[in-house]
Amino acid sequence: MNIQIKKFYYGDFGEENAAGNEPAKNISSKETWPLWEVFIRSKQGLDHKHAGSLHAADAAMAIENARDVYTRRQEGVSLWVVESKYIHASNPDDAEALYEPANDKVYRHPTFYDIPDEVGHM
Amino acid sequence: MDQLTAYVLHLADNNLILTQRNGEWCGHGPILEQDIAITNITLDLIGQSRNFYQYAAGLINNSAGAANLQPATEDSLAYLRKEREFKNCLLVEQQNGDWAQTITRQFLYSAYQYFLYEKMQHSKDEQLAGIAAKAFKEVSYHLTWSSEWVIRLGDGTEESHERTQNAVNELWRYTGEMFEPTAYEQQMAAEEIAPDPSALKESWMKKVQEVFEEATLMIPEKTFMQTGGKKGIHTEQLGYILTELQYLQRTYPGAEW
Repeated sequence: MNIQIKKFYYGDFGEENAAGNEPAKNISSKETWPLWEVFIRSKQGLDHKHAGSLHAADAAMAIENARDVYTRRQEGVSLWVVESKYIHASNPDDAEALYEPANDKVYRHPTFYDIPDEVGHM
Repeated sequence: MDQLTAYVLHLADNNLILTQRNGEWCGHGPILEQDIAITNITLDLIGQSRNFYQYAAGLINNSAGAANLQPATEDSLAYLRKEREFKNCLLVEQQNGDWAQTITRQFLYSAYQYFLYEKMQHSKDEQLAGIAAKAFKEVSYHLTWSSEWVIRLGDGTEESHERTQNAVNELWRYTGEMFEPTAYEQQMAAEEIAPDPSALKESWMKKVQEVFEEATLMIPEKTFMQTGGKKGIHTEQLGYILTELQYLQRTYPGAEW
């Protein structure tokens, strides 16, 4: 079996690949296995956090691969996988417009209140 | 050597030899994720075999007349015994071949281990019951993983189907031996330390048929079953494995790093 791996990164996909309606077509592709993003919950009550990505032919294999690649050292109690193409990312070129306006709006931080000691960490 | 020691060594040898075989894949897997998967499984196997060897070493050192001999250790049992002293079944020493053959070998063996450890958890021997309980969880995953691969390859492309069917045809002759009890296995069954392997055959066959059916694979008919491994009579493969496995300790006795 000669599997050729093509590594994709976020934002590498054209619009036609990025839309979330089509199921994975490239499962039967002989060239590549699709890329999946892996999310791990490290213990009950916490959120699933992004751990990394991997290749797999389908969701079942992605979960198994995630188990083998990312939870070998007891990192988690629950796994999510999602095909990378279903993740829509903000465009780095828009960073200025999207994030910078928050820079001078310090009043959005709750730093102008005196917090009673009893409250502890917030 | 008493029958319990022989039996524990048989369990340890099975895993050690398969470990050595699977280990050949390390860094050569068909894809990164599967390279990690098979080496993970292999690490589970070597962990189990260390438990068995440590137990066997204790049994040997506590046996009558042991005081006059060099004490046995897990290392001496793995590295310094000869081919005829190894009691692994023939299946685990067979060559990796292609990925399909490695997967098929793993599946046939994991399915056997699954039913063996399932029963052995209730062994009257506390040590074996404990090792089996831990190993059972590991092997459950090995069985899931290898079953899925057998299905994927068997029911995959024309080429993957052909390769997997070839692997089944090649390996099937070594499966009968697993269920033929040796003297030590009969003794263990009588003492309720381990199940009689012939009693595992039905569930094993059912599992194999179920997976093969989904994988569109055929079980070869009327195959002559090769036996002997569990009594120390091996195929030519084992000599090559031990040559590589034991080279260092035999050339530089006691070497550590």
